[in-house]
Amino acid sequence: MHDMSAHAAQHHAPPTSFIRKHVFSLDHKVIGKQYYGLALIAVFAGMVLSWLMRIHLAWGAAPIPGLELLSKNGAPAGVITPEYYLQLMTMHATIMVFFVLTTAPFAAFGNFFLPIQVGAEDMPFPHFNMMSFWVTFTAFLVLMASFFVPDGPTLGGWTQYAPLSAVGKVAGPGQGTGVILWAASIAIFCVGQLLGSLNFITTTLDLRVKGMSLMRLPLSAWGWFITSCMGLTAFAVLMPACILLILDHVAGTSFFVPSNLVLNDQLQPHSGGSTLLWQHLFWFFGHPEVYIAIVPGMGIVSHVLITSMRRPMLSHRVLIYSMGALAVLSYMVYGHHMFVSGMNPVSSLAFSFPTLMITIPSTIIVLIWIGSLYGSKLRITAASLFALGFVSMFVSGGVSGFFLAQPSIDIMLHATYFVVGHFHMVMGVAAMFGIFSGTYFWFPKMTGRMMNETLGKIHFWLSFVGTYCIFMPFHYLGMAGNVRRYSAFVDDYTMRLIPVHKFITVAAIATGCAQFIFLYNLIHSRFKGKPAPDNPWEATSLEWSTPTTPPPHNNFGDKLPVVYHDPYQYGVKSSTGDYVMQASPEQVATPHEEK
Amino acid sequence: MAKFFAVTIILIAVASAVPIVMHTWEAPADISTHGALIDEQMSETMLEAGISFLAAQIILAIFIWQFSNPGPDARIKTFPGGAKGLVIAALVLVGAEVMALGIFGTKAWAAQYFTPPAADAMAVQVQAGQFAFYFRYPGLDGRFGPIHPDLINEGSQNFYGLDPDHDQDSKDDIVAAEMAIPVNKEIHLLMHSKDVGHSFYVPELRVQQDFVPGLDVSLHFTATKVGKYEIVCTQLCGLGHYNMKAYLEVMSQADFDDWLKKEAAMQ
Repeated sequence: MHDMSAHAAQHHAPPTSFIRKHVFSLDHKVIGKQYYGLALIAVFAGMVLSWLMRIHLAWGAAPIPGLELLSKNGAPAGVITPEYYLQLMTMHATIMVFFVLTTAPFAAFGNFFLPIQVGAEDMPFPHFNMMSFWVTFTAFLVLMASFFVPDGPTLGGWTQYAPLSAVGKVAGPGQGTGVILWAASIAIFCVGQLLGSLNFITTTLDLRVKGMSLMRLPLSAWGWFITSCMGLTAFAVLMPACILLILDHVAGTSFFVPSNLVLNDQLQPHSGGSTLLWQHLFWFFGHPEVYIAIVPGMGIVSHVLITSMRRPMLSHRVLIYSMGALAVLSYMVYGHHMFVSGMNPVSSLAFSFPTLMITIPSTIIVLIWIGSLYGSKLRITAASLFALGFVSMFVSGGVSGFFLAQPSIDIMLHATYFVVGHFHMVMGVAAMFGIFSGTYFWFPKMTGRMMNETLGKIHFWLSFVGTYCIFMPFHYLGMAGNVRRYSAFVDDYTMRLIPVHKFITVAAIATGCAQFIFLYNLIHSRFKGKPAPDNPWEATSLEWSTPTTPPPHNNFGDKLPVVYHDPYQYGVKSSTGDYVMQASPEQVATPHEEK
Repeated sequence: MAKFFAVTIILIAVASAVPIVMHTWEAPADISTHGALIDEQMSETMLEAGISFLAAQIILAIFIWQFSNPGPDARIKTFPGGAKGLVIAALVLVGAEVMALGIFGTKAWAAQYFTPPAADAMAVQVQAGQFAFYFRYPGLDGRFGPIHPDLINEGSQNFYGLDPDHDQDSKDDIVAAEMAIPVNKEIHLLMHSKDVGHSFYVPELRVQQDFVPGLDVSLHFTATKVGKYEIVCTQLCGLGHYNMKAYLEVMSQADFDDWLKKEAAMQ
C-alpha cells in the first residue's frame, strides 16, 4: 500500500506550459487520452486498409479511385496488385493488434483510470509513463513510414515468419527495408509497453490508498494489473526476437535462416539458423498477446455490467482467479499456432491439452457474467449494450477455439478463414466492444461531458449485427477449405465461395461506415455534449468520487480518499440510493462483502 | 430495447447455426484412409461447440429479456447455486467435454503422425519454392539423387539442383510439375523447401503440413478415390502465394505406371 517514497515519486506539480500540459505531459490522465487518440487514428487507418482488402477480394479488378496516389506500383490505375494486397493486410493486422487492441483497452483506459481506481495521485514513474507514450507514438510513425519507402511495407503478415522475413529483398517487395522498419517499429513498441507495464504493476501494488486491499480493487483494475504482468513478460521476448530479425538483415547473422536456401536461383549467404526458432519466440509473445488484448476488455466489461446490473458479480474472487488463470495458461498454449509447422508432433499434443483446459476459466468467466444477470436490475445504456455484445461475441469467438485447440482438426482448418473468423471475433471484435463500452461509460469522467446515448445505441445496433454478418461467414469459408492470406481465389473449389466474400465485403463497408457515427458522437460530445454530473451512472468505485469532473491534476484534491467497502456495493439501501461508494464511510447492511 | 436485443441475439444464433445444420459450406468429401477419424472428430466437436454456443446465447438473451429495466420494487435475486454451482458446472461439464475431445482427438492425430509409413509405401518427394511445387520420383533404383542447391536453376529447368552426370542415383530420377499417385497405395511424401516456408494442403486428402526450410519433414497417406485434386500452399510465401498450386492425380495402378513411363521419357 501507500508508502512515503512512492508518494514522493508520483507527486508532481501541475504543469504551467502548453507543452507540459498537452504534449510531454507527466499526468497519467493526459497520457491515457494521448493513447486513446493514437488508437483512434490507428483504428480508422486499419479499418480503411481492411476495406481496401475486402474490395479487392470481392471485386479484384475494380479500380479504387485515388489509391494510385498512395502507391503507384502497388495500385497502378487504382487496381491492387497481389503483393500490395499482402502489404495492406500486414499493415492492417500490425496496426490493429499493436496500436489499437493493445493500446486502447490497456494503455489508454488503464493509464487514465488505474491510478484513480486505486486512489493514487499518479503513476509512480511519471517520466517513464510519458516516455512509454512517446516511444509508442514513435513506433507508429516508424511503421507508417514503411508505406513511403520504395518497395512499400512488408508483405510477410503480422506473424513475419522466417525465412520470408529474414532473407531480405530477394524474398519479395517490402521484404528488405519494409521488414526492417516493421521489426524496428515493434521493438520500439515493446519498449513502450514494458515501461507502461512496469508503471501499472507498481501502481497497483504500491499506491493503493488506505483501505484498498487487493480484493477491493475493481475488476477493471484487476484486468489492467493482470495484463501488465503479461505485458512485462511477453514483450520482453518479442523485443529481442525483433532485434535478432533486424540483425539477420543488416549484420549478416543467421538466427532465423538455415543454410542452402535458394531464392531467384541465388544461393543465400546464410547458414545454421532455425526457422522454427522465430515461430517459437513469436508465439511465446503472440498467444499472451491475445489475452493482453482481451483481459482488459473483460475487466472493463465486468465493471460496466456490474454498474448496469445494480449488483456485484456472483463472485468477485472467482472472476479474478479465472482471469489470472487465463494469463498463466496463455504461456503454455502458444504451440497450438504451430500444430502443422513441422514441430515435433508429440509437442502438438502437449500444447493441445492446456489449450483445451483454457476453456475452463473462460467458461467460468462467461457463466459468472450470465449467471449474474439473473435476478439483476439491468439498465440498458450504450455502455451496457456494448458490454453485453462483448459477452455474446466472446462466446461466439470462444467456441471456435474448441476446434483449433485440437491438432487433428487443425489439419483441416489451419491457415483458413476459420482462424480469421475465430480471432477476429474473440480478440478483435470482442476487444473493440470492450473499448466502446469503456468509452461510453467513462467519457463523462474523462471529458466532463456526456455522449449522446441515442447515437450510441444506433452505433451499437449497426456494429453488433454488422460484425456478425462479417465474421460468422468467415467460419463457413474456413470449413470449406478457403485459405487465408490469398489476394485472389483461383482454386477451383473456392469459386463457389466468392459470393460469400462479396456479402462479407458489403457488410464490412456498411459496418465500417457505422463507426463514423461513433467518431461524430465522440468529437461532437467532447465540445458540445451536455455537462456531465460527477457520477452519472450511480457507480461506486473511486473514479466517481473525484472532487471535480474531469478529475483535478492530482485526482483527489487536497485529501486522498479512504476506502471503506468492497468495490461493488449495489442492491443496498443507503442515503444515496441502491449503492454505497467505496469512499463513503456510511455503514449499511451490505450483503455482498466477500471475505 | 432489451427485448429487441434478446430477440436479435437469438435470431443471430439460430441463423448462424442454419448453414452448419444444412451443410451449406463444408469441406470436400474425404478421399483418404485416415480422414474418417478427422471428420468424426470434427462432427463431435461441432456438436459440442454448437450446443455450448446456442445454449449460452439463448440463456444470455432470456436473462436480458427478463431482468432488464424492472420496476423500482424489484429485488435482486441470486442465481440458484450461486457462483459455486457455476464453477462446478464449468469444471465438471466443460472439463469432461474438453478432456474427452482431447483424448479422442489424439487418436486421429496419432493415426497420421505417430504411425510410421508401411515398409512398401511409395516414396515421392515434393519440393516447394516460390511459387510452385515440383515432385520427384526415385526411378527404378528406388533412390533419390542428392540435391545440390548451387545447381538449382529455374532457367535450365534444374528445379532440384540434380547432377546426373556425377550422381548415379540422380540418373533415373523423374521430376514433374504435377503429382500422380496410384489409388489405394500408401504414399510416403518427403517434403523439402527450396527457399521459404510453404505448406502442402489437399482438403480432400485431409492433410496439411508446412514445409520447413532447413528441415525435411515427411507425411504419409493413402488416397482411396481416383480423381484430380488441387494441392495448395497455405503458408504465406510471398506475392504469388495465392497462385501457388499444383494438381494431384489419383490413378489406377496401370494408369500410374503409364504416366510414370511417359514422364521418364520426357526427362
